[in-house]
Amino acid sequence: MTRPLLVLGWGNRSRGDDALGPLCVERLRDALPQRDDIDFLDDYQLMVEHVLDLHGRARVLLVDASLGCAPPFETLQLRAAADGSLSSHALSPQALLQVYRELHDEEPPPCTLLAIRGERFDLGAPPSPAALAHLEAGLPWALGWLQRARAAVAAGPLSAGAR
Amino acid sequence: MTTNLETAAQPQGLRRVAIDPVSRVEGHGKVTILLDAQQRVQQVRLHIVEFRGFEKFIEGRPYWEVPVMVQRLCGICPVSHHLAASKALDRVVGADPVTPSATKIRRLMHYGQVMQSHALHFFHLSSPDLLFGFDSELNRRNIVGVAAAHPDIAKKGVMLRKFGQEVIRATAGKRVHGTGSVPGGMNKHVSAADRELLLREVQQMIAWSQDAVGIAKTLHAQNPALYDRFGAMRSHMLSLVRADGALELYDGVIRARDADGALLFDGASDQGYLDLIEEEVRPWSYMKFPFLKSLGAQHGWYRVGPLARVQNCDFIPSPLAEGERREFVDWGRGQPLHGSLAYHWARMIELLHCMEVIAGLLEDPDILAGELMARGERRRGGIGVIEAPRGTLIHHYEVGDDDLVTRCNLIVSTTHNNQAMNEAVRSVAREYLDGRELTEGLLNHVEVAIRAYDPCLSCATHALGRMPLELTLLDAAGAVLDRVQKSAAGGFRHLEPASEAGP
Repeated sequence: MTRPLLVLGWGNRSRGDDALGPLCVERLRDALPQRDDIDFLDDYQLMVEHVLDLHGRARVLLVDASLGCAPPFETLQLRAAADGSLSSHALSPQALLQVYRELHDEEPPPCTLLAIRGERFDLGAPPSPAALAHLEAGLPWALGWLQRARAAVAAGPLSAGAR
Repeated sequence: MTTNLETAAQPQGLRRVAIDPVSRVEGHGKVTILLDAQQRVQQVRLHIVEFRGFEKFIEGRPYWEVPVMVQRLCGICPVSHHLAASKALDRVVGADPVTPSATKIRRLMHYGQVMQSHALHFFHLSSPDLLFGFDSELNRRNIVGVAAAHPDIAKKGVMLRKFGQEVIRATAGKRVHGTGSVPGGMNKHVSAADRELLLREVQQMIAWSQDAVGIAKTLHAQNPALYDRFGAMRSHMLSLVRADGALELYDGVIRARDADGALLFDGASDQGYLDLIEEEVRPWSYMKFPFLKSLGAQHGWYRVGPLARVQNCDFIPSPLAEGERREFVDWGRGQPLHGSLAYHWARMIELLHCMEVIAGLLEDPDILAGELMARGERRRGGIGVIEAPRGTLIHHYEVGDDDLVTRCNLIVSTTHNNQAMNEAVRSVAREYLDGRELTEGLLNHVEVAIRAYDPCLSCATHALGRMPLELTLLDAAGAVLDRVQKSAAGGFRHLEPASEAGP
């Protein structure tokens, strides 16, 4: 049975701060060992087939490194958008939700993006100290989001819960 | 086979147009076009930032880490790198051949990988251009537009890719960056539960793969003038084939044909690739230009990938795909197809073949049980060659007595196709851009030609806010006249003119 909550982070662990998404998922997974209501997924890139991972969820938290957000992190309640972001290896979270809408003929579950500021994306480099500090700053927010989302799911479908 | 438009005779005074980076391909590619005052194309170059530094990243690491590490080269074909490295390092541990069970599980993993990569490329990257037109409305020309207009096609693409990834998960342990293949063999069998899960969907996937070939075939039939001519150039073709001439993606001998389809060489051992292929460095591109040593740099360049493989082999060893190959060959009326868009058709024939192979391997009891590891006399180096989704992939390692990698050389599929992609871009520029006012739609023609090769230009990061396309117009003195940027979200906006570096 599909678990109601999904945390999906993506990035290349061999390219410096691009590892922030998977690292965040790893830290959250370790912090929440009792988690029969949460799935944790990490992937190399956000891709179109992730619409299938979103299906049947009550809430989704997406995590990625970002060069565009203000440090240490920004959060965004995502809306589906028909953009042209798909490359051979990735697409935007907004486009993913739009594809979800078209493929499943229904609205996607509420999805929140946690964008953690990254600085350096060099091949073979470890995450920068600044990026790791941004991750540390973002973890309490993510844990809080999960706490609210779990409570909302437990309270039933009418609860607004974590958004 | 000779090239022109690579270097303008008198570059002074020409206007420069840059497509930077090329969109819907992986990594950072840039096309520069030099135009004279009459908008006539004088020079066209595709510049690419390759996997710079990855070899150095590998050197100094223990050899047994390498099959896992090299998967970080690429998010779309990590399995190809995983297996090419494993095959090379099999030789280091003296495991040649590896056991039948290990070989079959690796083959299953590899054909799953090629299948899902081909599905992604055709259904989600190229179908917007092919279904809506190269210069159709920009905001519609993407996967979201396909999902809205052709939800059945978009859904099949997603489901095929998902199935391929499940094959990878069942064999490698994870959907991405699995650890299943190791130097000397495999570290796990396929579970009976996973096999049952996959078998349940196999026939549906084969049917959808047949539909995909049908779409590609229909597109050619509906507009043969476009599909046969677009980005066409005569070239040699190189690939692995099975010893009996069959299409083979996991392990085989190297074969090359000339532009007329005649054999240049056949049955060459992959361990002797350095006797066959040399790479040329040109000052204007980071990516090398491989060529057949016997023909020299000027005449020896070649193409790899689905178009080369489907035409290099004598037959495809699965009935449905072989039937489709025959139709493909008949389309050429005795001559090889050289149009760049024929890659899509060939790619879908391979997709169908992969599904047939997967179906057969899932029925094989050796994937569930049997010896997984082989060992033999330790060696100082090894070469692994595999047919990745985009073409021939070569991994070459030397390993010291301390088990650390002392030298690493990778020739990836996109590098093999470097000259071909440049020629395709020149062909399109000559045919569509010459003497015309440039528009986004016309420039997309250039990108369509590049995307036909499905290039993986680098393992660029994909952090949010990256991957814009920027078009810069400069006057003869190099001053920026105009800059237009296509954002990651696909929108266009004019930027303030700024100084621009040279070519």
